Amino acid sequence: MTISDTARGGAAMPPIAASQIDEHSIAELRELMSRYPEARSALIPMLHLVHSVDGYVSDTGVQVCAELLGITSAEVLEVATFYTMFKRRPAGKHHIAVCRSALCAVLGGDIIWDEIQKKLAIADGETTPNGMFSLEGMQCAAACDFAPVVSVDWEFMDNMSVQQVTMLLDMLDAGQQVYPTRGAMLTGFRAAHRVLAGFPDEFADAGASAGEASMRGVRTAAINGWTTSAAPLQPSVGSQQLGVLR
Amino acid sequence: MNATPLTPILSASWGAPYSWRLETYRGFGGYTGVLRALQLTPDQLIGVVQTSGLRDRDGARFLTSDKWSAALDSGTGVKYLVIDCAESEPNACKDVPLLLASPHLVIEGAIIAAYAIGAHQVFICIRGEALHAVRRVQQGVAEAYRAGYLGERALGVNYRIDITVHAGAGSYIRGEETALLNSLLGRAGRPSSQPPYPVSSGLYGEPTVVSNCETIAALPAIVSQGGEWYAQFGTANSRGTTVYSVSGHVQFPGQFEAPCGTTVRALLEFAGGIREGHKLKFFTAGGLSTPLFTEEQLDMPLPYGSATTAKAVPGGNALQFFDETTSVLRVTRRWMECYAAESCGKCSPCREGSWWLSQLLSGLAEGRGQEGDVERILDICDGISGRAFCPLADGFVGCVTGAIRQFRSEFEVGYRRAANELFPEEQSAVFAWNESVPTAKSGNGGFR
Ligand SMILES: Cc1cc2nc3c(=O)[nH]c(=O)nc-3n(C[C@H](O)[C@H](O)[C@H](O)COP(=O)(O)O)c2cc1C
Repeated sequence: MTISDTARGGAAMPPIAASQIDEHSIAELRELMSRYPEARSALIPMLHLVHSVDGYVSDTGVQVCAELLGITSAEVLEVATFYTMFKRRPAGKHHIAVCRSALCAVLGGDIIWDEIQKKLAIADGETTPNGMFSLEGMQCAAACDFAPVVSVDWEFMDNMSVQQVTMLLDMLDAGQQVYPTRGAMLTGFRAAHRVLAGFPDEFADAGASAGEASMRGVRTAAINGWTTSAAPLQPSVGSQQLGVLR
Repeated sequence: MNATPLTPILSASWGAPYSWRLETYRGFGGYTGVLRALQLTPDQLIGVVQTSGLRDRDGARFLTSDKWSAALDSGTGVKYLVIDCAESEPNACKDVPLLLASPHLVIEGAIIAAYAIGAHQVFICIRGEALHAVRRVQQGVAEAYRAGYLGERALGVNYRIDITVHAGAGSYIRGEETALLNSLLGRAGRPSSQPPYPVSSGLYGEPTVVSNCETIAALPAIVSQGGEWYAQFGTANSRGTTVYSVSGHVQFPGQFEAPCGTTVRALLEFAGGIREGHKLKFFTAGGLSTPLFTEEQLDMPLPYGSATTAKAVPGGNALQFFDETTSVLRVTRRWMECYAAESCGKCSPCREGSWWLSQLLSGLAEGRGQEGDVERILDICDGISGRAFCPLADGFVGCVTGAIRQFRSEFEVGYRRAANELFPEEQSAVFAWNESVPTAKSGNGGFR
């Protein structure tokens, strides 16, 4: 089955590459449907997969999901437009989300936000003309102890400053390898959404256990010799060799 | 109770290399709790959890055992367990580290809870913006299947348990349990009216227990060590340990697992106090509907409210500290913008009210306010309070009215001057922002 991208709207819209959804993607969409007691429960994962193929929720993607699930395009669109992570215009190769919630904002997020907009010359919700970066202001990133936080392709860039964010964007622009503070090497917006759809990659072992700030309580307890004596989660014999576990 | 000031139980293994892997977790005694659980009847198991006094970590702080009993009593038909790792409450940041460092705690806890209530299918719903946490849980679930801990005969007993990892796609309100269930149906994540409560009619109309992942993660230790052991930590109304998050203008922000009932002052000390050369102006304890607190409330035990009642606020273990450089108006405006962006639009008091409030607060913050705006804001709050569909609106009303009550003059200055004039934003920032921008070679920061 090949589906043409007919539903695309007005002539005023800039050209958008044709959808790359093919037989293989449709097979994967069906697989997602089979993972739930009722197929429609797979809609959010399916839209993540559409993101990973087309870089946004394309009209073709909407149509294909609607056909597969036996619902209307309007029903798919309601979901695609409700959730903030879904984009209706093509996102960049790398998607930059700046935490704009009060705490990050006050600790410097507002300054970072202004500087990034200046540097990339785009505003909230826009993509650079060369397709490299898209930008969004996000609500709480759930990383307050690492504020101010910027997320790239849904990985955490913790404790950012203007200086670091500038460097980060330069490195990504130059195609250099960038590792987030607590995750795996950045491989782009589309690859991230493939994992979110439910098709794991092999990078779960990359990165730290939970980041410096997350470890602070554990370290403080260790320094002071505070243990919960009967706690089951004390290392037992044999755990020493785990340093080499792979 | 003679527990130490910090009590790493959930966080005990976080410092180990590859702490997220099954082998590491087993080295710390992992999956012994579930083996014990499967030797008990569901009723006995619920008894253990009842003795522990465990209360739900993110919701209305029900006794977890009460929720389970209700689910168990709902018959022998199909039931579901849904684990809420949406972590969408502004200020909340404890679930992501837990999932990154110790996904098997949640997986083992899920098996225990599913068995207790008679569910065979579990959904772990994780915020989509935390990609690496999704990876770690996906891998953990795959490891558990390979080890025979999940599937047709979980851990070798005649009981099937399947876990599906489901990544969300943003939205704050989706963390609310009925909204979460709607999102699992492939619909917009708007809340539904209650009753019926999920525990009688939830996912696909079947009895469903929705639990925060920290609640679930507490189970392995409770079952392997016993309810009495767990109940020795914490206070009469709030048993056990919890992961407190401390952030803002402190020396060392971070996560601190301590007995329930730990005071704000103690947590601030663990975080090294307010950053050097500055002093505390105000703090918040939790997300929705907590007022602003000041110095006088430093001896308050957390979760907020737990000393007097069993009821606390969502996200009540997240502390955010702000020093004297911070404009309360600016913070309140940001909160309000967040709520306006996140209002799901289902009911008009929240949808329209949040928009008007953020307009008025923006005007004040930028020094464009009109005389009487503060009264207008309070008037709008009065119109919203108690009239919205879900607790989100009461949450922002609490924030705004609380802030005005304590710092009214800062809001009134907005009739004439911008907040930034009185509280220059670069002074609140934790980095020197006018430092010269280096080239890509000169050192690196949080990333490599
Ligand atoms: C606006 C709103 C947002 C919420 N967000 C979350 C959330 O992100 N994570 C969560 O576990 N519970 C959240 N809750 C609470 C859930 O509705 C539910 O009570 C909780 O997940 C049940 O888990 P517990 O009983 O183990 O605490 C939220 C509630 C409201 C009203």
